[in-house]
Amino acid sequence: MRIVTWIVEGTWAACVDATRGCAPDRADIVLLHVSGVDVPAAAHGAYAGLLGRGPRRDPGPRLAELGAASAAELLEAAARALDRPCRTVERRGRVEREVVAEAEGADLLVLARDGDDTRLGPKSLGPPSRFVVDHAPCPVLLIWPRETPGTGSMPPPPPHHPHPHRPGPGSPR
Amino acid sequence: MLSEVAAEVVSVAMLVAVLAFAVIRPWGWGEAVAAVPAAILVVAVGAIAPHRALMEAQRLGPIIGFLAAVLILAQLCQDEGLFRACGAWMARGVSGRPARLLARVFIVAAATTAVLSLDATVVLLTPIVFATAARLNARAKPYVYGTTHLANSASLLLPVSNLTNLIAFAASGLSFPRFAALMLVPWLAAIAVEYLVFRRFFRTDLNVTPAPTQATETAGLPLFALVVLAATLAGFAVTSLAGINPAWAAAAGAAVLGVRALARRHATPAEIWRAAGVPFLAFVLALGIVVAAVTGNGLAGALSRVMPSGTSLPALLATAALAAALANVINNLPAVLVLLPLAAATGPGAVLAVLIGTNIGPNLTYAGSLATLLWRRVLREHGQDEPDLGEFTRLGLLTVPAGLVLATVALWAGLKVIGG
Repeated sequence: MRIVTWIVEGTWAACVDATRGCAPDRADIVLLHVSGVDVPAAAHGAYAGLLGRGPRRDPGPRLAELGAASAAELLEAAARALDRPCRTVERRGRVEREVVAEAEGADLLVLARDGDDTRLGPKSLGPPSRFVVDHAPCPVLLIWPRETPGTGSMPPPPPHHPHPHRPGPGSPR
Repeated sequence: MLSEVAAEVVSVAMLVAVLAFAVIRPWGWGEAVAAVPAAILVVAVGAIAPHRALMEAQRLGPIIGFLAAVLILAQLCQDEGLFRACGAWMARGVSGRPARLLARVFIVAAATTAVLSLDATVVLLTPIVFATAARLNARAKPYVYGTTHLANSASLLLPVSNLTNLIAFAASGLSFPRFAALMLVPWLAAIAVEYLVFRRFFRTDLNVTPAPTQATETAGLPLFALVVLAATLAGFAVTSLAGINPAWAAAAGAAVLGVRALARRHATPAEIWRAAGVPFLAFVLALGIVVAAVTGNGLAGALSRVMPSGTSLPALLATAALAAALANVINNLPAVLVLLPLAAATGPGAVLAVLIGTNIGPNLTYAGSLATLLWRRVLREHGQDEPDLGEFTRLGLLTVPAGLVLATVALWAGLKVIGG
């Protein structure tokens, strides 16, 4: 059984706990982290926009370096916290697409909601995790990174419309 | 002598070549490699008279000296540990509170840009902000995007905040304190717009509450550097009011920190020389001459027809919008060189409106549209990752028009209250 656990800054600890809880003894566990290209690219773009400052002081490559170092630390910390044999994989690129690619052929993808974690609802999924959930090529275990909000956090149902109930096609006349 | 049309064609071709070279940087060469020969060429073919080129050089000379002093000052502040200390301050007490970290990043980035120029924010502060976010287990994107945006929009306050300001300041006839007084409220307005938009745009990332981390960096307060910076700021006001070029205050600040760094062997003379960015200074000078050739052969006349005159609110808004548009097409440095002579004829209010446009405007397109176009081609050719321009552009569309309007209204009100 191959389990891919998506490790993201801020929410990874809960994913590691969930993986430990559900993985059978001989499972092939992959801890995956993806470094986006957008953050170093934004720094590079800002520098390119300055015009004329020469190639030497571009902060883009420096950010990519720092990002790689912190990703390695993060994966190491996650592997330690898992305390089970596992592999760590670091990918670079469009985050959500890289996660989907790594999940191909897996038996389970574990990920955390990355949005508002204080109430139940669609805002608990940000764009990347929504993309992954929508496109996952395998079963998904979607967890709350902290306490799971109660059903009382749901918004009230939309107001009842007073128009008369129309009988459906199968209803008795 | 060339005819005016031929001279204009040659000058525009040279300007486009200089800008394209600066974006593509073939073989990793510096931007001055194309700019300096281009400047020599426009003089040699008679597209600009030698005495006009000399006048332009004399006008830009002191500005370039001022810029060099500020660049050295920022680098020496970095060597003194100022930005490390900023990182430690930003991280203190915000673990598990990403929204509070955003506020701290905004304060530090706005102050750094205002006092030590946008170069310091982009080159020296951005890596610190990224590392701070990573250490706090927070997602780096809102903070890094924040520093890149504030490098532009928070560069309104002081003449030293942006090279465009330095160029305009010399032509505006304003004193240093008056410039700051007129730009204070526009600066705050631009930052407020950015902050509100960022809080909303990145609400998902800022809602995630990362587990608190114990890892805090301790960095001593670089008291000496802070005192020198404060004295330099006071020096800007004093020299300017006494009729002395405030560049001398920047030079004095850089000299004090430089001597200390040399004495304590924290820097070598070669490192300080490199911090001044001599090829960059040569690029600015050469670009100024090429732009003078472009404007002198007909562009100035054409632009003066579309350039609004007067300092009524609609005229100021139109001026800022024109400057922002031009900054997005050809980058803000050439834009300010082109528009400044026209705005200076109208008065300081128009000059400051141009700056609002050229400083806030670049956030609209990734790195200026010409730059973005060329640069994306280069990335594609080299098979490198392309960033998601859609998100960056959406952020620009949300911040730039609102920032431009509010800052310009604030400037207009300031001109009414304080006077130009």
